[in-house]
Formats: sequence, C-alpha cells, structure tokens
Amino acid sequence: MNRVDSALYDLTCLDDLARQSTWPHRIDPRAKAVTTLVYVVVIASLPPRAVVELIPFASYPLLLMLAGQVPFRILARPLLFTLLLAGAIGIANPFLDRTSVHVAGTLWIAGGWLSLFSILLRAVLGVAGALALIATTGMEQLSHGLARLGVPRGLVTQLLFLYRYVFLLGANSQALVRARDLRSNGKSLQLSAYGSLVGHLLLRTLDRAERIHEAMCCRGFRGDIPSGTDRRLGWPDMAFITVWSFLFVVFRQGHWLHPIVTSVTGIAR
Amino acid sequence: MHMADALISPAVGGTMWLASAGLTSYASRKIDVPSNGRLIPLMGVSGAFVFAAQMINFGIPATGSSGHLGGGLLLAVLLGPYPALVVMASILTVQALVFADGGLLALGCNIFNLGVLPCLVAYPLLLRPLLGTNTAWPRLFAGCLVAALVGVELGAFGVVLQTAVSGRAALPFDTFLLLMLPIHLAIAVVEGLATAAILAFIWHARPELRPGSSQAASDAGSVRPVALGLLVVALIVGGCLSWFASTHPDGLEWSIERAVGSAELPATGPVHGSLARLQDRTAVLPDYDLPSSGESSAETSDGSWPAVSPGGTVSGIVGSLCVLVLAAALGWVSRVANRRREQP
Repeated sequence: MNRVDSALYDLTCLDDLARQSTWPHRIDPRAKAVTTLVYVVVIASLPPRAVVELIPFASYPLLLMLAGQVPFRILARPLLFTLLLAGAIGIANPFLDRTSVHVAGTLWIAGGWLSLFSILLRAVLGVAGALALIATTGMEQLSHGLARLGVPRGLVTQLLFLYRYVFLLGANSQALVRARDLRSNGKSLQLSAYGSLVGHLLLRTLDRAERIHEAMCCRGFRGDIPSGTDRRLGWPDMAFITVWSFLFVVFRQGHWLHPIVTSVTGIAR
Repeated sequence: MHMADALISPAVGGTMWLASAGLTSYASRKIDVPSNGRLIPLMGVSGAFVFAAQMINFGIPATGSSGHLGGGLLLAVLLGPYPALVVMASILTVQALVFADGGLLALGCNIFNLGVLPCLVAYPLLLRPLLGTNTAWPRLFAGCLVAALVGVELGAFGVVLQTAVSGRAALPFDTFLLLMLPIHLAIAVVEGLATAAILAFIWHARPELRPGSSQAASDAGSVRPVALGLLVVALIVGGCLSWFASTHPDGLEWSIERAVGSAELPATGPVHGSLARLQDRTAVLPDYDLPSSGESSAETSDGSWPAVSPGGTVSGIVGSLCVLVLAAALGWVSRVANRRREQP
C-alpha cells in the first residue's frame, strides 16, 4: 500500500467510524472539542520528567474509544510517525541530563531517561486524544461545532470544502500514481515528470473548482455553508466537560499516585 | 517539520495559538468573498490538491531519497497570500486531527511555521518581487528556490526556538539549530524545485494563470499590513529588546580574546590606520551609542542587565530604519529594472 492508498484508507476509516451512534458520538462536538483542548493543555503543563503522573490521562481517549467502538489499530500509523519525530528530538535527553532522580524505594534513574519517557508518553496521549475526538465526532460536525465556538466562518467553510474534496482528489491522485507506477518499471518519479503529473492534477482541480462554483451558485451559495442544526448544549454535554475537566485537574496533581507506585515497587522487591 | 504536543509547553503553545489564530482570522477577513465568489471553492479544492500532492514523492537525483511538495508557496502564488494562509491553516488542522500529524496544542506553532512564514513572508517579500511578471523558467526556478530556502529555514528556526523555549527536550539551542538548518536546507531545495516545476507546467499549459493576467491581479492581496507589522516588530526589537542583549562578547570576540588577549585586534599598518580614521569620521552611532556620550556604553556600563540605554534605543531604531530604507531602495531599483526590461 503506497502513501496515497494508506492516507485514503485512514480517512475513509475515520469517516465511517464517525457515523456511528454510541454515547460519545451523541455528545455535542463543542463539548468534545473544549474537553480535548483542556486535556492537551493539562498534559503539556506537567513537568518535563512527569511519567507516572501522565498514565491516568490515558483514561480519556481509552474510554472514548472503547465506548465509541473505535478500534485501536487506527492509532498505529499516526503513532509511529509521531513517536519517531518526538523520539528523534528526545533521544538526546539521556545523554545530556544525567542527574539521578529518586523514583521509589531504592530505584534511581537518570533524569534524561525520565524526560524521554515523558515525551514519548505525551506523544502517545496526544495522538490518542486527537484521534478519539475525530473518530467519535467527524470532521463535518467538528467544523460546524468550531464555527459555533467562534472560529471564523471563512476558515470553517474552507475546512468543510477541503475535507469534502480531499477524498475526490485523493482518488485522482491515487489513479495517477498507480498508472505511473505500472509504466515506470520501478524507476522513481523524476522532477521533470513530477511537474507534469502534479500539474495535470492541479489543472483538473482548477477546472473542478470552476464547475463546483457554478453548481453552488445554481443552489443559492452566498459564501457560507449552513450547518443545518441549531443544537444547544444539554446537560450531558455540560457534564462531559465538567467531569473530565475536574478529573484532569485531579490527575494533574498526581500526589495520590505516589503511595500506589511505592507500594507496587515495594511488593516487587 | 510538524511540531508535536510532546515537545512544547502550554505557554509556548498558547502564545503561538494566539498569534496564528489572530493572523488566520485577519487573513480570513481579508478575503473578499462577495466580489470573488469563485475563490471559496477554489480555495477548498486547492487545499485538497495540496493534500493529495503531498502524498506524491519524486526522486532526488544522486541521493537515493525522495521529497514532496509542502504547498505554502504554491498556494500563495495561485491564490494570493491571505487565502493561501487560510488554506494552509485548514490543511494543518485536518492533518492534526485526522492524521495526528502535529498535535492540537502545537497547531498554532505549525500554522505559524508552515503557513504564515511561507505565505506572508517568503511569498510577498521574496517570490513576488523576484518574479514580477517575468515567468521565464530560470527566473522562476531561482525565485522559488530563494523563497523556499528563506521560508523553510525560517520555519525550521521557529521549530528550534519553540522547542528550546518550551524546555521539554534537553538538546541545547545551538546544537539543535545546527542539526535542523542543514536538514531543512535539503527540504527547502525540494520545496523550491517542486513548486517551480508545477508552476512552470501550469503556466505553460494555461498562460492566463500567469502573474500579470487579469485573474491573477485580482487575486493578489496587499502586503501593506504585514509590512507595517514587521516594521513595528523591528522597531520594538531594535529599540527595546536590545536592552536585554547579552553583555558578554560574541563568539568571534571571545575567540580573539582567547587567542591574543584582547577582544579587538590592534590596527597596524597605514591602510588599517587610514580606514580606522575614515570609520571614526563616518560612524554616526559608534558602538551602537550616541557619539555625545563620549565613551561607548559597553565601556561605561557596569555589567548590569538589562542595559537600559537611550543611546542604544536610538541606535536600534535608526539602524532598523536604515536597513528598511536600503531594502526598499533595492526593491525599487529591482522593480524599475524589471519594468524597463519588460518594455518592448
């Protein structure tokens, strides 16, 4: 599976998952967007060497994914790239930060290893949070939710258009790449051919934009895409924000975890 | 070059969110939808196009590696800087949400590094003046390469700065910078070549899309607010932030001091002497201070930090304005030369 195929596959999977009707799917997109934002900010606010304190935060994406019937395999590819990037920058930490840090009992570890684990764990939690949000909400619903949260309409309309046409142009791109691969005898794409290949895709795109504009004008387009719903935040939505935000603050303190870690390491000894 | 949530602090992420949200909101308001209704669907499909084009890699000769389009510069040429920024913001948002490429907190950093810098800095200040209405391929390739080099390297510098200020990675600022800038030099060359190759093809196939045609002229946005913003930032940095500059010698002075025992080499010989006298006569603000203060601030200062000095402030502002006038004069000369060359 090449990059175009895998990206289209991931997009289609997420779009299908977002069409389910479990309780996380029924929570208002604004409530999930705000809660996820609180989640990433609280995680980022933890000290650089926090590892144990990060673990309870896994409960948020875990619960959303389990209750929303989202398979964990969708995390695999994004996690791989994010871990590679974060690991490439964080790998220097163990060599540069050799301060001994007391973990529990007689267990001491170099501070750099703790900060490296912390970076990797934050990367996993960040990816899981973002994918849990989109897999239980859908890009279209989330965009309308963002508009109601005050995000400029221009950007929201752009998001909706982009998401709508990325499937179409992705399929075009897939066809172009496959046709070239079948005729290239294993040779990589050269710059001269690249300009022509992608240029053709762009010219088709421009023609398509013109046709779409004419079709939209025929249907009364005035520069804005209406959401079609005027839903108010209900008590389940408010409870979702409040309970999770409260839990994130409790997790953030993390002091209640230390006796558990100490007893676990004590039993291990 | 996408930043990840794991590497930034809430202060850096929040600040960059505010900066990027403000600029994207401003760009969004600058798009004149009623008079250019075609722009909305064009922006939408252009964003989808860049998304699709980013998945097509081409081989880089003699390296065995491959690269792909970033898209910021290409969108700025096709749509104008403000619509291009909105499109890049939407692409990065979808990438963050759907592909978890760059985190939600890091979205502000990514929009700034990959959207604002190529669309509002590299394109209007470099590519557009360099290209003018001349779309001959040597000029197109040279312009795209220069603009991509500046845009991508500025973005890489932004990544290093944001990571260093966040304090999550232990990698020192200078080491990280030395790692990132050469890597992104190669990425910038790929970006420049890919942008130029696509533009060369579509301008050959559709000459009406070239700059200077009526459609392109109507899509081009004004850069005056951005230029004014950069001027204000330059004056603040030159006038006030210079107080917070380190009072220690710079790398070259430090090395010379270690080698010969003093930070400045003594001028020996008649040529050095006459050039030093000429410099004394022409230097309006010697040692970044007012000449009336007698001794330079570096010599009179007691090493206190920040070194608040009116002379330093005046020097910073005058220096910034001199550079601005010089750059504007060079731009004007280049524009006049372009016009003369284009006249039959």
